[in-house]
Amino acid sequence: MLRLEPRREPSKAMQVLTPVFAVALTILAGLVLFTILGKDPFRAIWLIFFEPLTQTYALAELTVKGTPLILIGAGLAMGFRAGVWNIGAEGQFVAGALAGGSVALALHETAGLWIMPLMCIAGIAGGMAWAAVPAFLRTRFNANEILTSLMLVYVAILLLSALVHGPLRDPEGLNFPESRLFSESMTLPILIEGTRAHAGFVLALLAIAVAWLFMERHLLGFQIKVQGQAPPAARFAGYSEKRIVWLCLLTSGGLAGLAGTFEAAGPVGQLVPALPIGYGFTAIIVAFLGRLHPFGILLGGLLMALTYIGGEAAQIAMSLPSATTRVFQGMLLFFLLAMDVLVGSRIRWVPRQAAG
Amino acid sequence: MPEPLLELDGIARGFPGVLANDDISFSVGQGEIHALLGENGAGKSTLVKIIYGVLRPDAGAMTLRGKPFAPHRPSEARAEGIGMIFQHFSLFEALTVAENIALGMAPELAKGDLRSRIVEVSTRYGLRLDPDLMVGDLSVGQRQRVEIVRCLLQDPQLIIMDEPTSVLTPQEVETLFETLRRLAGEGCSILYISHKLEEIRALCDHATILRGGKVVATCTPGEETARSLAEMMLGESLSPPATDRRTPGEVRLRLDGLSMASDTQFGTDLEDIGLEVRSGEIVGIAGVAGNGQTLLMSALIGEARAGRPDAIRLDGRPIGHLPPQGRRKAGICFVPEERLGHAAVPDMSLTENVILSARMRKNLSRSSFLNLPRAARYAGDVVARFGVKTAGVDRTARSLSGGNLQKFVVGREIMQEPSVLVASQPTWGVDAGAAAFIQEALIQLAKDGAAVLVISQDLDELFAIGDRIAVIANGRLSAADPVDSLTIEQIGLRMGGRVRGRADAPAAAEPAHA
Amino acid sequence: MELAVNILLGIVIAATPLVFAAIGELAVEKSGVLNLGVEGMMIVGAIAGFSVTIQTGNYLAGVAAALVAGALMALLFGVLTQTLLANQVATGLALTMFGLGLAALWGQDYSGKAAGNFPKLDIPVLSDLPLVGKLLFGQDYLVYLSILLVVGVSWFFRKTRGGLIIRAIGENHDAAHAIGYPVVFYRYLALLFGGACAGLGGAYLSVVQTPFWAEGMTAGRGWIALALVVFAAWRPGRALLGAYLFGGITILQLHSQGFGVNVEAQYLSMLPYLATVAVLVIIASDRLKVKLNAPACLAQHFRAAT
Repeated sequence: MLRLEPRREPSKAMQVLTPVFAVALTILAGLVLFTILGKDPFRAIWLIFFEPLTQTYALAELTVKGTPLILIGAGLAMGFRAGVWNIGAEGQFVAGALAGGSVALALHETAGLWIMPLMCIAGIAGGMAWAAVPAFLRTRFNANEILTSLMLVYVAILLLSALVHGPLRDPEGLNFPESRLFSESMTLPILIEGTRAHAGFVLALLAIAVAWLFMERHLLGFQIKVQGQAPPAARFAGYSEKRIVWLCLLTSGGLAGLAGTFEAAGPVGQLVPALPIGYGFTAIIVAFLGRLHPFGILLGGLLMALTYIGGEAAQIAMSLPSATTRVFQGMLLFFLLAMDVLVGSRIRWVPRQAAG
Repeated sequence: MPEPLLELDGIARGFPGVLANDDISFSVGQGEIHALLGENGAGKSTLVKIIYGVLRPDAGAMTLRGKPFAPHRPSEARAEGIGMIFQHFSLFEALTVAENIALGMAPELAKGDLRSRIVEVSTRYGLRLDPDLMVGDLSVGQRQRVEIVRCLLQDPQLIIMDEPTSVLTPQEVETLFETLRRLAGEGCSILYISHKLEEIRALCDHATILRGGKVVATCTPGEETARSLAEMMLGESLSPPATDRRTPGEVRLRLDGLSMASDTQFGTDLEDIGLEVRSGEIVGIAGVAGNGQTLLMSALIGEARAGRPDAIRLDGRPIGHLPPQGRRKAGICFVPEERLGHAAVPDMSLTENVILSARMRKNLSRSSFLNLPRAARYAGDVVARFGVKTAGVDRTARSLSGGNLQKFVVGREIMQEPSVLVASQPTWGVDAGAAAFIQEALIQLAKDGAAVLVISQDLDELFAIGDRIAVIANGRLSAADPVDSLTIEQIGLRMGGRVRGRADAPAAAEPAHA
Repeated sequence: MELAVNILLGIVIAATPLVFAAIGELAVEKSGVLNLGVEGMMIVGAIAGFSVTIQTGNYLAGVAAALVAGALMALLFGVLTQTLLANQVATGLALTMFGLGLAALWGQDYSGKAAGNFPKLDIPVLSDLPLVGKLLFGQDYLVYLSILLVVGVSWFFRKTRGGLIIRAIGENHDAAHAIGYPVVFYRYLALLFGGACAGLGGAYLSVVQTPFWAEGMTAGRGWIALALVVFAAWRPGRALLGAYLFGGITILQLHSQGFGVNVEAQYLSMLPYLATVAVLVIIASDRLKVKLNAPACLAQHFRAAT
């Protein structure tokens, strides 16, 4: 029978290889899934995973969808490394969009280069404020941040809906629940003419570089890793758990808020109830897919963006249900978690009698 | 020689990278107290797990009362009349005594009026127990009684005891031995696992000595000396640490009125702890596990903060309010009991693990950025000077053996040249070679002028390296008296909670859980 | 008076899915496993129950399908966390995301369809009593099942050897292993039970409460159930109480406009989520109490020592 044996040292090769295995297995499982759905499996896989890579427009879209995923994923990964489970990034994303968007709407008659940075700061502050609630409740009352941050997602989405139905509704519109369109000073500069690729992607790349420096070289990054791997050792060293909880939640909340502002000020261009489309949750997969490492998250974010774009293309071309993408994303995370066992253990064939 | 009850023939069991048991054969007679002697890592635990059905051998066979015996799980071993008292008790703190006992018995036996049977058996053997108490509220000695009573309720023919005395006071050990002799007199066999030589000489009829997974000798312990047993066990003769007394200098560490409430459910509070440790001396704190040592250690490290800054003074300066880093900077370093997970992060490299506690004193960071090359050099220095066996400083702490990791952790602290070093259980669970090395290093540190405080449950160790010994019982600390003026019996009485008071706390504390 | 009875009836119906999901998760956590995928198991149970009920026209088949679907989802969680030793928090999140996607895929052809009325208890005379008749003797069968389940789970953990073993495993898995209990096996059993309960809770939503299918219709109830387990301090009776409390808040929100509360609907809809946060804070701030009751091995890895 097969037996799992712990390795003395976690395998470095496996750490890199398991995400690749997981993607391969997801594609295999996808072939089965599409066959069950009665669709041409190879065409579907081609459309989802490969076709977008051959078109400029789709490549540009990759950066559009990748930007929020990378930004949020980088922040979440920091927390996950510390054992701080912020799973409410979707809510922080919405809060950031609301804060940044409100600044834009308040200034809708002004113009200037200073507006966009101000929106970004407001967005970061909004996301941070939303994340500060679970941080405060955990450090002060010991309340589980998984549940509190998640509950606040629903609250944020309802708040967005209430506000665009009410005070933030476009007064010149047709009573639709949506805000004014943002003017040019309130939208992100476009990187490539004719596409939606915007300057936010550059900031996302910058965030990855900073995150790497922070996690691998800075003392706070080191403290985060120690706290996550061995809390008693963190106490022994004298690292403050509360400080780490605050740091992780505020950083991930701020990045999610920035991503929200980018989404409103980029591809959407206004505030609408349907602004949150699950980036905050998908970013959790991105974080794990990237092995909680900044460079991995960059690749993971682009890969997940690919499944969004390819998924949409396949939806249109083959009339696939829209939920297919989410099933894919879920399967990918499952396979990844299952493969992870290979990092810490090796699988060996042992004769049945001795293994028992 | 009495009729053999259990016979082992050529038992072997391997794990990845080690052969824990290699062709082991011996037999245990009816009513015999048989010792299994060997140092840490000799393969004792693996062997008893095989006998108890937790593990299965790769090769070899056992017979019980002449019939083939190959238990696939502990319940089968129990059904054949084998009982086991674990070294780390297999008890559930949040369950009652009766529930704990029921869990360790076959379902048929656990039925009926278990509570009254518990009371009956425990009274018969003088092991008083209340079946309705939560195990978490019991002292360590009482917990052992739960295990023993659980065993006895199943009318065992063979009881396996894994290091049963490591958690007991000397007086409790005496009581335990009386119970065991009585059981043996009633025809019950006992397989007694230990590395404590005097105990084995006092108690056991026969001994099988293991080294490196093999049987290296058998003997009648009563006819041997502790020294000859030790040489059989270790395969070499070890010189005891040099015991030339040092002249103590000025007071470096001073605890005064240190009180702290435990924040864990079954923890012990610290009450009015007072102690002075001088330059050049080693002071030991003896005590049975669970009497406040853990909290005392975290109060000293600064993981839990004392209310008053002057409850802890270092070279006269109050440090009770400082966090761990501030204390290290002031000159005090620590070796906590749990090396993997507390003193070191298991999956981090040795380089990263030196940053944990040596960043301040060894300048391993610059404006909050890590200086990894410098950390690697320091880790390399520790590895070299303390003879840590590892393939490199980029290896994880987890990959080191217990003794090597302990040498690394102790070395990491000592090489910071602290003025005070506090070490908890510095040689717990490490092989004799590493233990001797660590003890030498502690003595050398004291010689160089540091004050050394060692918290340990190993009395032999404290007598070997300590200048003075205090005893912690039920969260209170006795006076620290010179080793020459103390006997094991006196220490034992204090461990039982009868504290001979310090000047300002003369009243004798109540015995812990009488 | 009529209004009061209607409100009480509404509370029972709103609370029952939470009762199922919370009591299942409670048993899982007692065994020392934290399955955060309740939301995912619920929604898959909801669509499984709904689709099979529509297809077969048989409520019993629908309920059975929900039980099996929830249990299968839990089995997936078990394989990952118990056999392959994956992180329980991450796997639970994955289970929720996968479940939401799978249910949406499965349910795309069922939107807009409606299931009929689920059979109700009907005892001559008693069920027709004024006021209390409908409340006590006129509920659908699943309501009675949910209460029986709570009583049964409570009895199981207090009085049976199986319950004692599961508590022991949740308390100290290493000790349980040392004295010979198959830790992983019992945890699988607890997980399957928890999954089936969550599936049933989901089916209650889609087959009895609404009764139609809508994507994402669980709307965070799985997460609220998780919070209820903490609120209940791992005691079945208190989980029931907590679920009814939440049912009350939900109904309060529905009826508040009727009472003349003039607030946007969205703000009222926030109530259950805010209440969950409040409850978590109140319970968790009493650290000792949580420590005292929480299974000591909750969410910890178990790897049989060699």
